[in-house]
Amino acid sequence: MPKSIYLDYAATTPTDPRVVKAMQPYWSKNFGNPSSLYRLGRVSQQAIAQSRQLVAKFLGCQPEEIIFTGGGTASINLGLKGVLIAQEKNSHLITSSIEHHAVLHTAETLHHAGHKISILPVDKNGLVQLKNLEKAIENKTVLVSIMMANNEIGTLQPIQQLGTFITKLNKQRLAKKLPRIYFHTDACQAAGALDLDVNKLHVDLLTLNGSKIYGPKGVGVLYVRRGTPIQAILDGGGQEKNLRSGTENVPGIVGLATALNLVNKNKIKENIRLIKLRDWLIKQILTKVPKTILNGHPNYRLPNNVNVSVLDIEGEALLLHLDQVGIQCSTGSACTSTTLEPSHVIRALGYPYEAAHGSMRFTLGKQTTQKDLKYLMSKLPPLVKKLRQGSPVNIQVQEITQAVQDAPRKIKILK
Amino acid sequence: MKIKKTKSRSKAAQEIDLTPKDNKESWVYSKTVKQHFFHPQNLVMDASKITDYDGLGMVGSPACGDVMKVWIKVNKKEDRITSMQWQTFGCGSAIGATSMLSIMVTENKGMKINDALKIKPQDITKRLDGLPMRKIHCSVLGDKALRSAINNYFLKSGQKKRLIEESKRLIDKIAKVTDSDIEEAVLDGALTLEAVQKKTKVGIGNPSVIPEVKQLIRFYREKYFN
Repeated sequence: MPKSIYLDYAATTPTDPRVVKAMQPYWSKNFGNPSSLYRLGRVSQQAIAQSRQLVAKFLGCQPEEIIFTGGGTASINLGLKGVLIAQEKNSHLITSSIEHHAVLHTAETLHHAGHKISILPVDKNGLVQLKNLEKAIENKTVLVSIMMANNEIGTLQPIQQLGTFITKLNKQRLAKKLPRIYFHTDACQAAGALDLDVNKLHVDLLTLNGSKIYGPKGVGVLYVRRGTPIQAILDGGGQEKNLRSGTENVPGIVGLATALNLVNKNKIKENIRLIKLRDWLIKQILTKVPKTILNGHPNYRLPNNVNVSVLDIEGEALLLHLDQVGIQCSTGSACTSTTLEPSHVIRALGYPYEAAHGSMRFTLGKQTTQKDLKYLMSKLPPLVKKLRQGSPVNIQVQEITQAVQDAPRKIKILK
Repeated sequence: MKIKKTKSRSKAAQEIDLTPKDNKESWVYSKTVKQHFFHPQNLVMDASKITDYDGLGMVGSPACGDVMKVWIKVNKKEDRITSMQWQTFGCGSAIGATSMLSIMVTENKGMKINDALKIKPQDITKRLDGLPMRKIHCSVLGDKALRSAINNYFLKSGQKKRLIEESKRLIDKIAKVTDSDIEEAVLDGALTLEAVQKKTKVGIGNPSVIPEVKQLIRFYREKYFN
């Protein structure tokens, strides 16, 4: 077996064997359609009901507020489109510049459908500021969608602060007969590490999925607070309170609930372990590899996320060299995207293109050990050196930090 | 009869096994690209040591994600390129493509300059056993850098008549977009008017030029992607 060190847990996680075991009976044995009234159907129905209860407990909400979907992207599409479709045209959605494409591209579609979109800037560490949200809110604002933790740079957003603000504002708005503002957060990356109590967070909608928490791929959850006006975007048999038609993915739902249950068992201990490893790796890279910059917030970041820009080299070339020695990670370079645009997240921090092309992400997980990271550090500095020797570019760190400082940070409006 | 049944069943099972068989061998690009990526030919590891050259070319910018620098030596009597050395800030396929180009122009005692000027990106891609469609532009950059080095050689050696005119044509006077900007955009994967507009803003404040832009997009699409 060639060496294989997986450092891309933010892309997806291996399914926990306990999750696989929990799913096992629902493939060939208890295969019934949950809508069927006979015994096999009832078994599936019950499995879903129990899973729903587990998820509700995890989020601190009622089981009927949980909608099972086909994954994170499906939840986000339902949350954003479903809420906006239920409103009149020209309604207003606010989101941020570092959201996942599932949110940003959905926002673009809603814009084409006649809604107004405001995209909030972030500061150099990737934080959304409350003052910008305040500024962006209009009479017609009906939905705000801000991610809880960023998938590329790991920055954690002050969701509780933003949520509390929106809750207070809504009281004034109702008195003025203005529409209530609903608050959605994409918690896909956060689900394995943070407290997702929807009442503490003051959110009305929340997205999470299985594939980032050692659960199965292709299954997600959308939490919808009772009373939130939302319409289906898939028409069909009316499953999931008519919000997500289609025969339920029973093994997937059972797997997702099991995975969430396992998260809670060991969360604090695992967070402490990962933070230690993360900070060790950040320090090692910044001191052992010249001309590197940490991307994202130094403290408000996911316990497992390390993202650095390595100047003068292109990320894909480094990624392929690391892969050759068995290290699997990711890059924000344009060359690995389908659009040939470098990471919109790194760009939103104010970095010029050249720094975005050289951004590398290492995300740690359950199986990551200090030994793995030491191995990475035995390979990374010489590989970077080699690529730099063959590079005609010589960018100074100073140029990048200056560019970040001077970057315009304006609210972008699509109308 | 029974044995036959199990046999066919196991055969059926094999047919639906979706595990890639060449798991160890599979790579993101062709074997040839892989070889050139891990063992780039004529790559300059210390540019300060290059003092003796006849032409120098550099194209791209770190902002676009690719920078290519090329040094050539020329056998003036025979008008052949005898050496092509290069450096790149670029991805796997850019490294692979430039390495291959450097072999192509220097093999068999070196290529005649007039032939080297005729090299098309497709010729490089072919020798590499193909590149993914969105990576075609990586092979264009090496080709452009070589052309720019040859031009520099013409200039330095006083062959003014042979200088290649950069014939750019202004398409949109308002957005200041030339035909070569549109060519670049198409090479970068913008295959529709909307995608090209996203990159260049061509025709956005000047819709009268759109029919011509559409024609150019079709032309460059055919040129590079058939």
